[in-house]
Order: sequence, then structure tokens, then C-alpha cells
Amino acid sequence: MALTSPVDARTGTVSSGGATTPGGIGRFIGYRLVSGLGTLVFVLLFNFFLFRLLPGDPAARYRAVKNIGAADLARIRAELDAPVLTQFWAYLRDPLALNGISAWKGQPVWDLVGGRAWPTVVLLGSSTLISVLIGVRVGIRAGWKRGGRFDKASTAVTLLFYATPEFWLGLMLILLLSSGVGPFPALFPSGGVIDSGIDPLSIDGAVSVAEHTVLPATALAAVYIAEYSLIMRASIIDEQSQDYLTTARAKGLMDHVVRRRHAVPNASLPTITLIFLNIGFIIGGAITVETVFSYPGLGLLTFEAVSEQDFVLMQALFLVFTLSVIVFNIIADVVIALLDPRIRG
Amino acid sequence: MAVLELRDVHLTYRTAQGPVPAVRGVDLSVDGGEVLGLAGESGCGKSSLVASVLRLQPRSATVTGQVLVGGENVQTMSWRRLRAVRWGEAAVVFQGALHSLNPIQRIGRQLVEPILLHDSAATPRTAADKVAGLLAQVGLPETHADSYPHQLSGGQKQRVMIALALTCDPQVLIADEPTTALDVMVQAQVLELLVGIARQRGMGVVIISHDLSVLATTCHRVAVMYAGRVVELGPAQELFEHARHPYVRALARAFPTIGEARSRYAPAGLPGDPPFPDRLPSGCPFHPRCADAVDECSSVDVRLRPAGPGRVAACVHVGAGVG
Ligand SMILES: Nc1ncnc2c1ncn2[C@@H]1O[C@H](COP(=O)(O)OP(=O)(O)OP(=O)(O)O)[C@@H](O)[C@H]1O
Ligand SMILES: [Mg+2]
Repeated sequence: MALTSPVDARTGTVSSGGATTPGGIGRFIGYRLVSGLGTLVFVLLFNFFLFRLLPGDPAARYRAVKNIGAADLARIRAELDAPVLTQFWAYLRDPLALNGISAWKGQPVWDLVGGRAWPTVVLLGSSTLISVLIGVRVGIRAGWKRGGRFDKASTAVTLLFYATPEFWLGLMLILLLSSGVGPFPALFPSGGVIDSGIDPLSIDGAVSVAEHTVLPATALAAVYIAEYSLIMRASIIDEQSQDYLTTARAKGLMDHVVRRRHAVPNASLPTITLIFLNIGFIIGGAITVETVFSYPGLGLLTFEAVSEQDFVLMQALFLVFTLSVIVFNIIADVVIALLDPRIRG
Repeated sequence: MAVLELRDVHLTYRTAQGPVPAVRGVDLSVDGGEVLGLAGESGCGKSSLVASVLRLQPRSATVTGQVLVGGENVQTMSWRRLRAVRWGEAAVVFQGALHSLNPIQRIGRQLVEPILLHDSAATPRTAADKVAGLLAQVGLPETHADSYPHQLSGGQKQRVMIALALTCDPQVLIADEPTTALDVMVQAQVLELLVGIARQRGMGVVIISHDLSVLATTCHRVAVMYAGRVVELGPAQELFEHARHPYVRALARAFPTIGEARSRYAPAGLPGDPPFPDRLPSGCPFHPRCADAVDECSSVDVRLRPAGPGRVAACVHVGAGVG
């Protein structure tokens, strides 16, 4: 069009426009992995000194364990008696303590950790699923009609959940739904993750695991439901004053389409970050809930490692927890970068 | 025929400090193919008026009077009908194009959305073709359909907003300061472009701008607002050369230098600040700043009166031989 020709000349050179190149996100991930690796190195160094500052006599702990052979015991003795610098050198050669022996059980620590990992993953996965599905929806609905009846009711309930200590909620659940007091039948088992003698990979096993997981997952989810719904509500409210939502309404879109297609994707960015960071933390932070329910995951193992002063096990667990925080931090950043073009640049 | 008609439109915001009457009785009409300019100092109620045309005013605002798009009252129609009128019959280039696009959606998707919504015959393919054509019309390369808003300059975003407003071939196009982020040369081009496309398609256009010289050259008629009301309306050229209302005269005097940004907000030779809508002076709201004020002005709230062929002005001196 003749009309546009002078305008064309001005824009022809500006910005090549176009989609973000795959190289962009690739470079972003690479950068995050490298910086994550840097953090890991720092954590490994920290991990060495932290557990050598703890009080107690590790050698005595090992002597008390029956099933450690004399040769192993001698090796451990020698290691513990060596000067700190020698120990540090040995640590640098094997920072993951791949052949570390638990002072509490006398087994290789990573066997112990491995055996306790899957219940935590089940617990964490189910509670995250519950809290995201409920919390995010409640937050969206409350924030969209801010000050409405649903908002008032849900905010009151979520604040209550948010303020409830996990251990108390856990005990209440056990009391009411598991031990069968008064009019309440014993609906769910408490303690353990599966009835003994069942293969967890069979149908019966899955049912048994589900029964054992319902209560701890509920106790764990409660606080996160509250957290996600409060954050999501705040983001939706923030988003509502944005001009692009006026544009979306002006286009003639129905209210729920404006919400779903425009408001929610923008408003969920902070919540998504939080969810992934929380997953990283909960792996180490389910200690309370797992202990209350005697749920044999990594949290309970941590509790046991501390009470048994098993510092090799503590060191391994500490590594798992910090690694999970680092990894889920990276995942959070990458997911956000995938969702938000402004971060990819 | 008038495609947009406002009859005694009032818009009042309820606030914690009490009611804020931002629009206080505006009558305007725009014919198909006509370009109406709307000017006035910051805060005089221009954007509030625009919001009422698509019933986009916030819930805290009450609108009375009639807002007729194609003869139908937007403020009272059903939600279902309103959704069809929005963008299908009246579209807006919003003030502040910088934030008017969804930051995490590609431009193309945002432009295609209203087409697919309003044109039942459209397919993603035909809609994308139409969008490519519109982008070319506003002087943007087609490839910008794949860009995200942050990858565009302010001026490019304003062009995208213009293209967006044109997607559904509305009868009424309102452009609320569509060129503020552009430099002076491009400003004139973009406005010409907008007016050209609109005229060619027989749309009624309202252009809001602080830049009177731009309005004078692109519009058929111009209305000037002060404190929530139109204080003068007339053919563009005439209005600025022989303004009847003292406020419009002061505005026109303030534009010896075309496009000087500062003069938009503080017209030279006009003492004082515009009044706050919740604290209007008695009588004519302009009288405290008016060089020609007489005793009567502080008590008589003068309404628009005939001021020559096709012209009206709200001043006691009009029709009394002055001006
Ligand atoms: N949501 C709101 N709540 C309360 N008052 C408001 C609201 N929006 C606008 N106002 C007030 O209404 C008056 C008119 O505002 P409006 O945005 O319509 O002015 P405008 O003429 O478009 O100004 P500008 O040229 O700066 O864009 C102003 O005094 C403003 O403070
Ligand atoms: Mg405005």
C-alpha cells in the first residue's frame, strides 16, 4: 500500500522479530547447569566440615554395631584417626561417600538411602498433586472474584491451614481416622508405607501403599494448599489491574476465557516457581510428617540418623537434600523460561 | 448515519474519598467515514468516556445516559450482545499500548484471537492471512506475528494495537492517544495511516490526542473537553483558528511548536492547574483560570450553545458578541 511505504522504511531494520531460537533456551539451560554445579562444589566442601564439627564419638558408634566385620572396623578406625587434612584428601577423592558404612545399621549408607527414597517420592508426589490441584484452583477462583463469598470463605480456611502445625494436624488425623476412637472407625493404617510381605509393584501393593500414604500426604498437603492458594490469589489480583486484560475483555471474550487464556498463565508464573522450589525442599522437609506417621522415607531416616548420631548417613542425606534443592531450582528456572519469553530474552 | 452516538453521558467513580464525576454530561456523534478529534488536558475524562463505549468502565463506576453503537445502547444491552459488539462493532486502540498486549503470547496469536471469535467463517489459516495483511498495512513485517511484545519497540507495539483494532472491521474505531510513544514524524504517518484505512472502510473514528496540530490536520471535527464536559465542538481547522471558548483559545495558542512534548501537558499562557473532578469550582469550572471571566462565570454553569455554523461552545461570552 502506498500509504505505508514511508512507515515501512522505518521499521525494515528494527528487530528481526521471530521466535526465540532453540539455541536460546539451550544456552539458558547450559548456563543454569554450570551455575548449579558451582553450588554443588560449595555444598560438597561444606558437607565435609559440617559433620566434623558435630559432637559425639563416631568410633564408639561403630563398635556398638554387631554386623561390621573386623576388617571394615579397622579401616573405619584408621580413617577416623587420620589428621583432618588426610581425611579431607580422602573425602575429595570420594565426596559422595560411595562406600560409606552406616554407623547405625552397619550397611552401606547409599543402600539405606536408596531403600527409603521411594516412599518419600510417593508421599511427595501425591501431596504435591493434591496441593497444586486444590490450592491453585482455589486461589484462582478466590482472586478473580476478590471480596466475594468464595474468596472470604476460602481465605479464612486457607489461613487456618497455613497456621496449623503439621505435626498437630498429623496427630489429629491419626487420632480420628486411624486409631478408631469413639465413633470413628479405624479407616487408615498408620505407620509404615506398605503392609509387610506384599510386593509394592503388585496391585495389592499399590493399594496398600495408597492406604498408608493418604493421611501423611493430607497432613503434608494442607499447608501447601494454603500456600499455593494464597500466592495464586495474590497473583491473580495483581494481574487483574493489567491493561492486557482490558484488551482481552474489549475483544469480546467471555469472562472465563479472559481468566483462563490470559490472566491465569501470567499469574501462575510465581506459583510455578514456588511449587518446584517447594518440591526441592520437601524432600528434606517431610521430616515432621514422616516421623509422626512413622512413614519410612528420607525424612524419618534423617530423624533416625540424627538420633543415632550416624554422621556418615547424615552426610549422605544432607547431600541428597541439597542436591534436590539445587536440581529443582534449575528445573524451576527452566520451566519458567519455557513459559515466559521475557526471561529467554 | 451516526455509528456512535453519546447522549448526556455521565460517568462517576465511587471512591473512598467520595464520588469522582469524571464525565459530566457529554453529547457527541460520529458518522461512518467521519474522523472526530477529542482533546483536553490530562484528567478531563477522555479515557473514561472511551471506556463507557465498550462498557469497560470498572465496577466502581456508574454510567448514565445513552451510549449508542450502531443505534444500540451498549450500557444496557445483554452481555451476550455486548460481547458481539465489543471489537466486532467498536474497537479501541488503548492508551498505553506498552502494556496492552499479553506479555507471554505471540503477537500473531493475540491478533488472530478476535477474528476467530467474531467471524464464524474464519479458520486459523484465513485469520493468520488476514493478520499478515494487517501487519503489512501498519508497516510491520509479517514475521512480527511470531514475536513477543517485549521484542517490539514502543512504536511497533502501537502499530500492533492499531492492527488489532482493525482485525474485525468495526464500524467504530476509537484511538486513545495512539501515537504518544512515537516521534513526531512517525506520529503523523501513523495517524494518517489509521485515518486512511478507517476512511477507506467507512468507519467512524475518534482520535484522542493532546496534540492539537495533529488533530487539526487529520480530523473533520474536533471536540475539546474540560472537567468532564465538551466545552467546544466544531470543524477542526476553524475551531483552532477562531476558537470561541477561552480555554480552547489558550490551548490553540500553546501550539506554535508542533509536537513539543512539554506543551501538551502545560499549555503556555494558561495559569493554574485543571480542577480535580471531585472538587470542581462553582459556575463555569474554567472560570478561576479564565482571563475573560466576569462575575456571572462563578455562578452560572453555562452549557453548550450555538456558536456559528456547525459549532457549539460553552461560554457566557458566546452569542453575546465576544470572541
Ligand atoms: N478507576 C478510577 N477510580 C477513580 N477515579 C478515576 C479512575 N479512573 C480515572 N479516574 C479519575 O477520573 C478523571 C478522568 O480520568 P481519565 O483517565 O478519563 O482522564 P484522561 O482525560 O484520559 O486523561 P489523560 O489525558 O491523562 O489520559 C481523573 O481525574 C482521574 O483521576
Ligand atoms: Mg486518558
